[in-house]
Amino acid sequence: MKDVNGVELTIFIVFFAVVTVVGFAAARWRRGQTIMHLDEWGLGGRSFGTFITWFLLGGDLYSAYTFVAVPSAVFAGGAMGFWAVPYGAIAYPIVFLIGPRLWSVAQRHGYVTAADFVRGRYGSRSLGLAVALTGILAMMPYIALQLVGIQAVLTVMGVSGSGWAKDLPLFIAFALLAAYTYTSGLRAPALISFVKDALIYIVIIVAVVYIPTKLGGWDGIFSKSGAALAKPNPATGKPAGSLFTNDMTHWAYGTLALGSSLALFIYPHSVTGALAAGRRDVIRRNAALLPAYSLLLGLLALLGYMALAHPGVVAAVKHAGNPQLAVPELFDQVFPDWFAGVAFAAIGVGALVPAAIMSIAASNLFTRNVYTSFIRPDASPEEETRVSQLVSLLVKLGALVFVLGFDKSLAINLQLLGGIWVVQTFPAIGIGLYTRWLDRWGLLAGWAAGMAYGTYTAYDQSSPAQSHFGSPLADIPFIGHTGYIALTAFVLNMVVAVAVTLVARALKVPSGTDETTADDYTADAGDRLAAPEDPAGELTGQSA
Amino acid sequence: MSETSPAPTSPPGPSLARKVVAGVLLVIPFAVYLAVPTYAKGGPHVAGFPFFYWWQLLWVVLTAVCIGSAHLLTRKRGEAK
Repeated sequence: MKDVNGVELTIFIVFFAVVTVVGFAAARWRRGQTIMHLDEWGLGGRSFGTFITWFLLGGDLYSAYTFVAVPSAVFAGGAMGFWAVPYGAIAYPIVFLIGPRLWSVAQRHGYVTAADFVRGRYGSRSLGLAVALTGILAMMPYIALQLVGIQAVLTVMGVSGSGWAKDLPLFIAFALLAAYTYTSGLRAPALISFVKDALIYIVIIVAVVYIPTKLGGWDGIFSKSGAALAKPNPATGKPAGSLFTNDMTHWAYGTLALGSSLALFIYPHSVTGALAAGRRDVIRRNAALLPAYSLLLGLLALLGYMALAHPGVVAAVKHAGNPQLAVPELFDQVFPDWFAGVAFAAIGVGALVPAAIMSIAASNLFTRNVYTSFIRPDASPEEETRVSQLVSLLVKLGALVFVLGFDKSLAINLQLLGGIWVVQTFPAIGIGLYTRWLDRWGLLAGWAAGMAYGTYTAYDQSSPAQSHFGSPLADIPFIGHTGYIALTAFVLNMVVAVAVTLVARALKVPSGTDETTADDYTADAGDRLAAPEDPAGELTGQSA
Repeated sequence: MSETSPAPTSPPGPSLARKVVAGVLLVIPFAVYLAVPTYAKGGPHVAGFPFFYWWQLLWVVLTAVCIGSAHLLTRKRGEAK
């Protein structure tokens, strides 16, 4: 193990201290009448404009997973790791189609979670519960991954010890995160995301301008990476990857992008970020503005090639046996110490923001769709908020256990397993926002089928490193190609949902009460009622 | 494609033609990105970037343009602010 790098660590700690102060101060930022209401603690007062929402959702969706795991996937496998770029693009037409409608209906009915909407739309507490539990389940490994990101940075800075001391810095970081999330709620990550994004943008711009000059330009980076990827792996005799997808991997590439893009916006933390917006238009505009982050993601992914083209980084990563270290090692070896410290702070803070939002989202789901729905139907807003605050602590504790107890490469695959699960709630949420044609029992049956198939198939995949959950890819039945399990399970889910719906219709099974109306899905903040706003609009609205 | 509810109480949404165009704009990025074999190649290079990489990065920007245009096309009166 190497020595602690004092300069890097000092800068890293200074930024963490700043962020902690900001996190606690956020409780006073844009303060409502009370923090003890889920609209305030859990949704920041439902008042954020385009600008704040852009930072909040950006801070939310682009996490340590993006900064550490995506480049390391490119580092390890070449083009296959680049699927995150099409994913980061095609997710946004879907956000544009379902986001504004979810925002409007939630605004009208005071929904705090997507599961609230499903319960109200289909008049089914069980369907709401299924959606909520799926969301909570999927959040755990995702939060754990943020910890893996912080751990990678700490390792490269030389912060290590033996026994429990090794994990002490991680405990401290998470205890601080838990404390300010508890007091400030969603306002903390919203305010911190400004700091985070400023850091990230500076680091990326410097990295993509400066590092290629040291590695012989982009030409040099791509040709060296291509050569490194083509070398056969001594264990398998096959090359690690290539610069382009081929006949074997086109399907995997496309299905990973499509399956993940279906999941992006129905992840509980995305919903929490979106429902915190103050106006419907904020979501529509952000669907067009958020791809700016995906451009950043693409450049970040290419850091994987820069690492691959740098012999010192390749040697260090090989020595440590952990490809997650590729980007931190690259920064450590290429940048002067002070700037490497800034870069590590960017990754560290970039992990804290989503971890905070995810734990808030998971606790909102528990409070609204388990606690209030099944245990205490007459809980006051204050009681709901107290429960959410406590659960947010438990969720973080759970994630901590996760990251300490499980192998890291396993955690990465479990995140893609999270995607497999979350996509199974798309029919109830995404399709439910447009039509109520699918029956609630059909949706429940489809969800069960998709979850069972997806989980079992993922469990069944082995890799050289592990015998289960070795890969998010499996053969697609009837197609004869390898693809993302999430999408196959989603198709099965839909087929079952439609079939059961037809049976339910034939048997005249009651379909439950829909508490929403068609009008709710296009409502804006101002028009709680059908506002008689400018009658002239009726005439000019067509051509406006 | 986008939202509307022709209930008598709601203000009129965008015209059908606008919604169709917006729908097409929203489908284009899927068509481009899911046609993986069409861009899985090296040439032509731009600024040292193989086609596979600059093409996909370019379309991130164009996807944003598609969504932005769809937004402007289907915006209701009162959302213009």
